[in-house]
Amino acid sequence: MTTGEMPRLRVAAGDRAWLEVHERNWTSRKGSVMNKMTHAGAWVLRARGLRKEHGREASLVRAVDGVDLDVARGETVAVMGPSGCGKSTLLYLLGGLDRPTAGEIWLAGQDMSRLSERRLARLRREAIGFVFQAFHLMDELTAVENVELPALLAGGSPRAARRRATELLEQVGLANRARFLPTQLSGGQRQRVAIARALVAGPQVVLADEPTGNLDSAATADVLRLFDGLHAAGQTLVIVTHDPRVAAAADRTISMRDGAFTNQTRSLDGITGSPGALSGREG
Amino acid sequence: MGKIVLVCRLAARDMRRHLAQAAMLLLAVAAAAAVLTLGLALHGVTNQPYQQTRAATEGPDVVAYLKSPAQAAPLIHASGVSATAGPFPVAAAIVNFNGLTAGVEAEGRSEPPAAVDQPKLTAGSWVRPGGVVIERTFAEALGASVGDRITLNGQSYTVAGIAVSAAKPPFPNLCYGGGGGCHITLPGENPKNIGLMWTTEADALKLSPASNPVSDYVLDLKLSDPDQAQAFVYRYDIPGVNLPFATWQDIASSDALLIQDEQSVLTPGAVLLALLAIATVAVLVGSRLAEHTRRVGLLKAAGGTPGLVAATFLAENLVLAVLAGAAGLAGGWLAAPLLTSPGAALIGAPGAPSLTPPEIVGVMALALVVALASTLVPAIRAARTSTVRALADAARTPKRRGALIRISRRLPVPVLFGLRLAARRPRRSLLSAASIAVTVCGIVAVLAFHATVSQKFSANGGPGGSTGGLGNPVVSRDEQMLLVITVALVILASINAIFTAWATVVDARRPSAVMRALGASSRQVSGGLAAAQVLAALPGVILGVPAGIGLFAAVGGSGTAPPAVVGLVATVVGTLVAVAVLTTVPALVAARVPPPQVLQAEAG
Repeated sequence: MTTGEMPRLRVAAGDRAWLEVHERNWTSRKGSVMNKMTHAGAWVLRARGLRKEHGREASLVRAVDGVDLDVARGETVAVMGPSGCGKSTLLYLLGGLDRPTAGEIWLAGQDMSRLSERRLARLRREAIGFVFQAFHLMDELTAVENVELPALLAGGSPRAARRRATELLEQVGLANRARFLPTQLSGGQRQRVAIARALVAGPQVVLADEPTGNLDSAATADVLRLFDGLHAAGQTLVIVTHDPRVAAAADRTISMRDGAFTNQTRSLDGITGSPGALSGREG
Repeated sequence: MGKIVLVCRLAARDMRRHLAQAAMLLLAVAAAAAVLTLGLALHGVTNQPYQQTRAATEGPDVVAYLKSPAQAAPLIHASGVSATAGPFPVAAAIVNFNGLTAGVEAEGRSEPPAAVDQPKLTAGSWVRPGGVVIERTFAEALGASVGDRITLNGQSYTVAGIAVSAAKPPFPNLCYGGGGGCHITLPGENPKNIGLMWTTEADALKLSPASNPVSDYVLDLKLSDPDQAQAFVYRYDIPGVNLPFATWQDIASSDALLIQDEQSVLTPGAVLLALLAIATVAVLVGSRLAEHTRRVGLLKAAGGTPGLVAATFLAENLVLAVLAGAAGLAGGWLAAPLLTSPGAALIGAPGAPSLTPPEIVGVMALALVVALASTLVPAIRAARTSTVRALADAARTPKRRGALIRISRRLPVPVLFGLRLAARRPRRSLLSAASIAVTVCGIVAVLAFHATVSQKFSANGGPGGSTGGLGNPVVSRDEQMLLVITVALVILASINAIFTAWATVVDARRPSAVMRALGASSRQVSGGLAAAQVLAALPGVILGVPAGIGLFAAVGGSGTAPPAVVGLVATVVGTLVAVAVLTTVPALVAARVPPPQVLQAEAG
C-alpha cells in the first residue's frame, strides 16, 4: 500500500449485514452532515499545524507532524494507521491532556494552547469525554461510582451526579450492573461503563482511543452499536482505531502515517482525497 | 550450592539496581541498632574514668563515716589496711553564691596531701585558711571558679581551687547511692541540693556553731587487697556500732548514676526507632511489590520452588539487616563515650564501652527482627503466588471501602481523591499512621520529660530532680539524649513520610492520570496525593499523644507531669503540616507527569 491509499477493507461475512445497515443510515444522514461541515461555525474541534516532538537533535521524533483537522458538530471521525504512527498522541493533544510543540487547537471556541492548566482541566471536565482501550476504570469503585466521578469532579451535587450516572448506565444497558465492581464485569461491559463515564458531563466531543482494542467480537459489536446510537443522537466522536468495522461506522476516516495525515475518506461513498482537500480550510 | 549462589546473585543485583532503597533500609535499621547499642553499652562508660581518677587521687578502697575520732582506732589497725587518712571532720554548711543557695558537706583537710584521697586539682590550689576547694560538678552547678568569693554559713571564703575525688559521689548524687548518703544534717535542704567542699580542718570546725559542734568524721582506708573491700566492710559491720561504710565499688556505681537515666531514655528510644524502622522497611518492600511479583513469576517459571522464591525475597533484606546491625553496633559502641562523657566528676578519657556477647546478639536480633517483621509476610505471599498470575504482573487490586467512598462524594476534589487513595491501600495507610504515631509518641514523651522537670524544679525543695536552682548535670545529660533520639526519630519519620508518599504516588499513577483525563487539574491531583498522606497520618498523630504520655509515665515512674496543652497542640498541628510539606514534593513531581505517558503505558 502506498501513501495516499486507504487500506482495502476485508469485511467478514458476519459483519456484512451490519455494514449494510450502516450504509443505509449513512445515506440518510449524509446530507445533513455534509451540510454541517460546509458551515465554518459548525466545527466543534479544529487543529492547525499541530506538531508534537519528543527528544532533540539526533533522537528527535515527530509523533505528530503538521496536522490540520476540523471536526464538525455531530460528526464521527475515525483515525487509522499503524501502531506508533501518532494516532493516540494526536488524540491526547486534541483532548488537552498533552501540550503540542507547535500549532493550535480550538475546542468549543477556545484556543486550548493558550489556556492555563486550570482552564484546560475545566475544559476537559466540561467539553471532553475520554474512552480508553484499557478502560481505565477505578478498580475500587462500582460501575455507577465510576460513571459519576467526572460529575463530582465538576463540583456537581452527589445526588444529581448519581441520578445522571444511573440514567447513562440504563442507556448503555448496564442498569442491573450499577453496583458491580469493574473486576466483576466483562470487557465489553467495562467499556460500556467507560463510555457512560465519558458522557456524564454532556461533552461536546468524545475522544476514544482504540475503544475496541481489548474486546472480543461480541463486545466490539455492543460498543459499536453504542457509538452508532451516539452518532445518531448527534454526539461528536473522534475515534482512534485499528478496527475497520469502527472506521466503517465513521462519517470520515483519516489515515495517518509517521505523524501526518496521508488520506481522508468519506465513509462508504468512496470519496477520497488529500488531507488538504477535505480539511476545513476549504470548507 | 547452586541455589545459594543464585539467591546471593539475585540479592546483590537487586541491591545494586536499587541503591537508594538499600541505603534507606540500612540507615533505618542501623539507627535503631545504634541507639540500642548505646543504651546497652553505657554501663561501662564511666568505669575507666573512675579508675583513672582513683589512681590519680590515691582513692580509698573503703570510706568509713564515724561519729567520733575514737571510732577510727580499730579500723586504722585492722588487718588488711595498708594506709589511712583521717579521720577528718565534716561540717554541714549553707553556701551562698551568685544568688544561689545550696547545702554543703565541708570536709576539713590538712594542708599537706593526705596518704589516701588526695583530691586532684583541676584548677587553683589546695585548701588554705580562708580558701576552700569545690568538687568540680558542684562548682559547675554553682557557676563558681577560682578566686570567687562565696559565703559558708554567713562567713566569707575564697575559692582556692576546684578538684575531683574518687572518695565521694559527685553532685547531685552526694547523698544518693551506695557510696553516698548524707552524713550531715541540713534541715529543710533538698538532698539533691548538697555538694562537697574541702576546707582546712580549722575552717571546718569553725563552720559549726559552738552549741552544735562537728560530730561527723570521715576515715579513708587503703587495703592491701582492694578486691576485699566488701569483705572488709562485712567484717567490721559490728552490730550495735553500725558504722556506715562505702567501698570503692559503691562509689564507682554512684558515679555511674550520672548516666543511669540516659540508659533508661536510650532503651525505649531504641524500641521507638526499631518500630519506625519496621514501618519504613515495610513501606520500602511494599512499594516494590509489583516488581517483585514479576520476578517471582520468572523464578517460578524457571523451576524455582516456593522455598527458593521466599529465600530470594528475604535474602536481600536480611543481608542488609545484618550489615545494618553491624554498622549500628559499631556506631553505638564508638558514639557511647562521645555522647556520655564521664562528666566533671571524673578525670581521664572515657573507656571503650563494654559489650557482652548476649548484648551483641540482642542488637543483631533487633536488626533481623526489623527486617523479618517487614518482609516475612510479603515473602510468604510471594512464595504462594501462582506462577501465571505473577507472570501476568497483575497489579494488586485495591481495597474498596464503601463507606469512605460514599463520604468522600461530598468532599472537595483533593480530599475526595486523597480519602479514596488512602482507603485503597489500607496496609500502607496503617504503616504511615504507625510511623507517625511512633514519632509523635517520642516527641510527646520529650515534652512530658520537660514538664516533669520544670514541675520538680518549680517545687523548690521537693524530692526528685530539683537542685534548688542549680544546674542539674543529670537533667542536662538526659536532655541531650532525648534530643539525639528525637532528632533521629524525626529524621527517620521524615524519610519514611517521603517514601510512603512516593510509594503512594507510584501506586496512584494510573488513578491520577485518569482523574486528570476526567477533568481534575494537576493541582487537585497533587493536593489529593498530599491529602492521602495527611489523612493517613491523622490517626497516628491522635494515637501518638496518649502513647507518648503513657511511655514517659512507664519509664519515668511516679510523679511524672503531663505536657502542656500548647505543646501538644503544636506537636499535632506541626506534625500534620510537616507531613503535608514533605509529601508535597513527590506529589507535585507526580502531577507533572503527562497523563498520556501513563495511560498509553497502561494500555499496553
